[in-house]
Amino acid sequence: MRHYLDHAATTPLRPEARDAWLAASETVGNASSTHGAGQDARRLLEESRERVAAELDADPIEIVFTSGGTESINLALQGLWHARPEGTSAIVMPDGEHHATMDTVAALADEGAELRRVAVTREARIDAEEFAAALPGAALATALVANNEAGTINDAAALALASTDAGVALHLDAVAALGHVPLSFRALRGDAPAGAGLVAMSLAGHKIGAPVGVGVLVAARTARLTALLRGGAQQRGLRAGTQDIAGAAAFATALELAEAEREQETARLRVLRDRLVAGIRSAVPAAELLGDPLDRLPGNAHVLFPGAVGESLLFLLDVAGVAASTGSACQAGVAEPSHVVMAMGRSERDARSVLRFSLGRTSTDADVDAVLAAIADAYSRASGAGTATRS
Amino acid sequence: MRILAAMSGGVDSAVAAARAVEAGHDVVGVHLALSRAGGTLRTGSRGCCTIEDALDARRAADLLGIPFYVWDFSERFRDDVIDDFISEYQAGRTPNPCMRCNEKIKFAALLERAIELGFDAVCTGHYATLIDGADGLELHRASDNAKDQSYVLGVLTAEQLAHTYFPLGTTPSKAIVRAEAEARGLSVAQKPDSHDICFIPDGDTRGWLAEKVGTATGEIVDRNGDVVGSHEGAHAFTVGQRRGLKLGVPAADGKPRFVLEVRPVSNTVVVGPKEALAIAEIAGERFSWAGAAPTDSAFECHVQIRAHAEPVPAHAVVSADGVRVTPEVPLDGVAPGQTAVLYVGTRVLGQFTIDTTVSAVPVGA
Repeated sequence: MRHYLDHAATTPLRPEARDAWLAASETVGNASSTHGAGQDARRLLEESRERVAAELDADPIEIVFTSGGTESINLALQGLWHARPEGTSAIVMPDGEHHATMDTVAALADEGAELRRVAVTREARIDAEEFAAALPGAALATALVANNEAGTINDAAALALASTDAGVALHLDAVAALGHVPLSFRALRGDAPAGAGLVAMSLAGHKIGAPVGVGVLVAARTARLTALLRGGAQQRGLRAGTQDIAGAAAFATALELAEAEREQETARLRVLRDRLVAGIRSAVPAAELLGDPLDRLPGNAHVLFPGAVGESLLFLLDVAGVAASTGSACQAGVAEPSHVVMAMGRSERDARSVLRFSLGRTSTDADVDAVLAAIADAYSRASGAGTATRS
Repeated sequence: MRILAAMSGGVDSAVAAARAVEAGHDVVGVHLALSRAGGTLRTGSRGCCTIEDALDARRAADLLGIPFYVWDFSERFRDDVIDDFISEYQAGRTPNPCMRCNEKIKFAALLERAIELGFDAVCTGHYATLIDGADGLELHRASDNAKDQSYVLGVLTAEQLAHTYFPLGTTPSKAIVRAEAEARGLSVAQKPDSHDICFIPDGDTRGWLAEKVGTATGEIVDRNGDVVGSHEGAHAFTVGQRRGLKLGVPAADGKPRFVLEVRPVSNTVVVGPKEALAIAEIAGERFSWAGAAPTDSAFECHVQIRAHAEPVPAHAVVSADGVRVTPEVPLDGVAPGQTAVLYVGTRVLGQFTIDTTVSAVPVGA
């Protein structure tokens, strides 16, 4: 029996989303073609766009379908940078952001961007005042709505308001938050003038039960943004290329379901998660829950196992049938010390000793029980395994 | 047995893992990430720990149907192998990083983790043989002399050997291993052998060292102390080296001169005639036995001072101060820092790191 506690990495495809994808895949026609077949395809695409817009409280024209969270983040950050107001050169970025953001900003720094970093708290929270202090005169700012590793939920409204006040364009990475945190693009944007406040928000389908390969960038109609991909006028010219109708339909279906069940699921997952955390702390008294204890993603348990080698813990849990995560992984599959944990002021050693358990739609009591049955033994072995080797 | 198969992404470790599976063991594959800044793709036979190597190892594990993990040992590797390599050169010694890796990483850090995690042994694609002898496990040369890697395993102790598994040791030739890989459908069957030092991907050890430790002009002197040239850093020289000396003063006899000694403190390189390279005795304080320790404090054996050097008959004496070895015929090109491995027949007795050498010819010759 396998127990999947890595929903934050990717969550199982919803059967309804699969059905929507399969049904849409039967549609013949390129949505940009003018014949009847093309029009059918286009109708389905625009219906999906409207459904997504309705859930996110945005205008349909503001929904740009992409290949996923990474593309959305790249489009937002590179696009805003290349269309930045004259005379600006700074990018405001908190520590502990996702690699999609960090690596994109690093590439922009190579192009001449000045990086203004904002420290996060020990709970991985972005301090809204420090964020605001970094904004004046910046070209753009970016922030996580919820930290994908630590699970801490930021005050996105305060960050957006600060950006509006400073007249700076803000991108929100809502990939981890989607489906767990209410997101009203209109409310977050408020009455910000063009090019200021929240202008772009990144989302990924596979975190809510849509297939991998479809995402969304919500781009305010007034956003000043250049395209990454060229070759056509699709989607306001922001994203050239033949449009993925089946992906859009699956995304819309998954989002509607996720939003419909959000409150109920949040309550259910919190109970499960709290039982998981309490059980871990009782089995391993040294274990410590990281991130904000209350204001966090409902399915997220980010736990420090002092002195244990994260790789060994993962291995032992995997053998016991439990799939968890150290939070971040590089391409070769190496568990590197978590930059998020280090941004929270912990040592590199601690950053190697953290596991993220993330619960989701298919999680049950049996999944929690499986972790609790294995964790004490895994911890005792994994903490011997890394420390006894130094001669 | 529960076996942890170390899989580099090469053909040898893939076939070793396959044989472990076939022998009925419960096998898990692991790839060691030894460098965090590894190149992404392999170029020829150089480099290791690339993303491509990790992927090759993963695909081999997929084919064998075994679980596979990548473990990050880059920090340990940097501390125990790379930094050690640099400081040994800075101390005027010639280290063998592959031995160091076996001693500190594969059969120490990895093996200890494996045992903590419930494995019985670590399996590698090394060409060497384990034999259950009267006094316990013995390490022997591989059946394929050309591929024999017992030298670089000479650092293993009885305790380590007890948890080690070398499925390739008795295979008569590497060609057979490649053919077996081909037959098993392993995509790495024809992957080139790795050479050189894995963390110096372009093979330019001198250039790499110069970058790490910088350059400093020093003197090249003959055995009488007369200055015969200059250099840009003593670490760039190894005992026995002839090329790249660029001496301004010719030798009295007009014959080529060789590096005899490297003195890091004074940044001086000593050169002399080829005859002066002959070493009559070597000794070292740091030693270990690959299995049961010899019962006598003095014994006859063969000594080998490089991975592919010829073993030379020798007399060894063990004392509290370490091991002292007198070869029957003088050894050529011995540098402090090298490992001397002692054999009796095909059996590896143990090893020591060479600290001192005694020339076979008196100064002035």
